Amino acid sequence: MSERILSASAALAEALHEEMTRDETVFILGEDLTAHAGIFGQFKGIPEAFPGRIIDTPISETCIAGCGVGAALTGMRPIVDFHFSDFVTCGMDELCNQAAKIRYMFGGQVNVPLVVWCPDGAGLRAAAQHSQSLEAWFVHTPGLKVVIPSEPADVKGLIKSAIRDDDPVMFFQHKRLFAREGPVPEDSEFLIPLGRAAVKREGKDVSLLCYGSGFFICMEAAQALAREEIEAEVVDLRTLKPLDMETVASSIRKTNRAVVVHEACLTGGFGSELAARIQEELFDELDAPILRVGARDVPIPFSPGLEDFVLPKSDSVIRAAKRVCYR
Amino acid sequence: MAPGGGEENMKEEAKTLLDIYRTMVTVRLFETMAGEHFAAGKIPGFIHLSIGQEASSVGVCSCLRPDDYVASTHRGHGHMIAKGADLKRMTAELFGKATGYCKGKGGSMHVADFSIGILGCNGVVAGGLPLITGAGLSIKLRRTDQVAVVFFGDGASNRGPVHEAMNMAAIWTLPIIFVVENNQYASTTPQSYSCSVGDLCTRAAGYGMPGLAVDGNDVMAVREAALEAVDRARRGKGPTFIENKTYRVRGHFEGDPQKYREESEVLAWQKQNDPIERFEALLRKKKLLTKKASRSILEQVRAEIDAAVAFAEQSPYPAPEDALDDLFVNP
Repeated sequence: MSERILSASAALAEALHEEMTRDETVFILGEDLTAHAGIFGQFKGIPEAFPGRIIDTPISETCIAGCGVGAALTGMRPIVDFHFSDFVTCGMDELCNQAAKIRYMFGGQVNVPLVVWCPDGAGLRAAAQHSQSLEAWFVHTPGLKVVIPSEPADVKGLIKSAIRDDDPVMFFQHKRLFAREGPVPEDSEFLIPLGRAAVKREGKDVSLLCYGSGFFICMEAAQALAREEIEAEVVDLRTLKPLDMETVASSIRKTNRAVVVHEACLTGGFGSELAARIQEELFDELDAPILRVGARDVPIPFSPGLEDFVLPKSDSVIRAAKRVCYR
Repeated sequence: MAPGGGEENMKEEAKTLLDIYRTMVTVRLFETMAGEHFAAGKIPGFIHLSIGQEASSVGVCSCLRPDDYVASTHRGHGHMIAKGADLKRMTAELFGKATGYCKGKGGSMHVADFSIGILGCNGVVAGGLPLITGAGLSIKLRRTDQVAVVFFGDGASNRGPVHEAMNMAAIWTLPIIFVVENNQYASTTPQSYSCSVGDLCTRAAGYGMPGLAVDGNDVMAVREAALEAVDRARRGKGPTFIENKTYRVRGHFEGDPQKYREESEVLAWQKQNDPIERFEALLRKKKLLTKKASRSILEQVRAEIDAAVAFAEQSPYPAPEDALDDLFVNP
C-alpha cells in the first residue's frame, strides 16, 4: 500500500472526497463551510468538487444537529460539522435524546447513520469556551459511538469507517493537530474499523493508554522514559466506544502497569472509566495502582502561562509512569 | 376540497369525507380505550391524550401520501393513526408488549412507524422541529416531491428550536408544514400567559413564510389549509405555518388533577365544539351520512379496537434481557 506524508487536515479532506465520491448520500452540513473550506481549511477542495453537498447553515447548532439526525432518518448519510466541539452544548438534546436514542427507543426500526465531526482540544489560547475535550459526556450516553484519532492515517481510516457505519458517531479531532503530518495510505479502501486500538510503541514495563492529543505526549514521554531504561508501551485507543478492551488487556498482561492519559480534565474523565474497568477485569495482572493523567479540574484559561499549567504534558506522564514502576 | 366535476368526483369526495370521519372516530375510540386501560393499570407509565383535537391530526394527515413524513409529539396517538398506523401494534406498544411497534421500548410517548413516514412521537417538547428540517433537506437533496409535516403545541412554540427550524426551512425553501396545535395549555400553563401573542400564526411573518390560523376543531377548515400548504410544499415553494386553534379537553396527562382551569370551561368545549360531532352534523347536512351509517362505523371501529386490545393482552412481554437489543446496528 503506497503512502504519502499528509497533514491530518489533508487526510480528512482526502477521506471525505473518497467517501462522497463513493456514496452520493454523504453530505456535509455546518457553519461557514464553503467560504474557506471549513474554518480550519479541513474541507479543502470539497466545495469545488461537490457543490450542493457541502452546505452552509445559519448559526443554529440545535437545528444543525437535528437536521443531521432528520436527514439520517430519511435516507442520507450526513456529516455534521460542529465548528468547535464546545458548541455541542447547544445541540445536546438532538445528539443525546434524539440521535442516541432513536434506534433503541423505536425498537430498531430505523438506523441513524450520522457523523458529528467536532474539532476539540486546547493549546490555541482560545480559552474556556473554545478549547474543551468533551468526549466523556458522549461515552456516558448509550447509543453513541465515540472516535478520537491522533495521527493523520488514523483520521483517514476512522472517518471513512465512521461515515460507512450505520450508527451515530461522535468524531473528535484535535484542532492543534490539524497541521501535524504523517504517512497516510493512498488506498481509497483504507479503513480502520471502529473499536480497534493500536499498539504504536511496544514496551514491557508500563502501558500508556491514550488517545487524541494524549497519544503525542505519551510518545514523547516514552522516549524520555527509554533513556531511563523504562520501556513504555503506547496504546492508542482511537475509539472510546466501542472500546478495544482486548488490546488493553493484552498490553497490561505484558506490562502489569498502566497509566491512562487524556487532555480532558481528570474528574469524571474517560480515564476514570478505563481505570475502573481494568481493576474489575484485570486486577490480578496489576503490580501497581493505575494512575490517571489529565487536565486540572478548571475551565481552560486564556493566558499562555495559565493554559500551559492546567494541561497535561509529557512530564506529567513521565512522573506517573515512574511512580507505577516504583522508580 | 378539489372542485367536484362529475359524479365520479362527487363519489370520490364522499368517500374521502367518510374516511376522514371514520379515522376521527378511530382516534377518539382508541384514546378512550387507552384512557380506560391506563386507569385500570394495564398501561404503564403515563399517557397524553388528544381527545377533542382529532380534526387537527386527521385533517392534516388526510392530505398526505404514505411516503410523506410526520414528526409528532408526546401527544401523538392521533398523528400515528391518521397517518395509517396499525392499531394492534400501537396498542401492544402502549401495553409494553413485545409485539408493539417498538417491542415495548418506546411506549405511548415514543411510538413510531417509519414504514409510513412517522419519524417518531417525541418525549421532548419541540423535539420534532430540528428533525423535520433534516427530513425536508433530505427530500430536497434526493429531489423527490415528498413533504414533511411537524406537529407541535403552543407550549413547544416558545422553545428555541422552533426559531431555528422555521428560519432554516424558510432560507432553504424546504417542503415543510409547521402545524402548531394550539390546545391552549402547555401542561398547566395557559397559552394566554406563556405566549407573547394570541395568534401564534403571526410569528410566521418573522420568517417570511405564510402563516394562518384555522378553526382547529373544524376538520374541513384544517384540511383546506393543509391541502394548500402541502401543494405549495410539493411544488417547491417552501414552508407554511398553520395554527390549528383547538382545545385539550383531557388533562395534560391522564390523572392530571387540572387545578389550573374550571370544569365548566372544559364542558363548554366538549358540548359545543366537539370536532367529531361538528363533522358528523356537516356530513348529515350534506346527506353523506345517516344515523344508521354512523352507528355502523362506530361499531366497526369499536370491533377493530377490541381486536387490538385482545392482541395486546394476549401478546407476551419482551424478555427482560431484550432490553439490551437494538442499541446499535454494529455494536
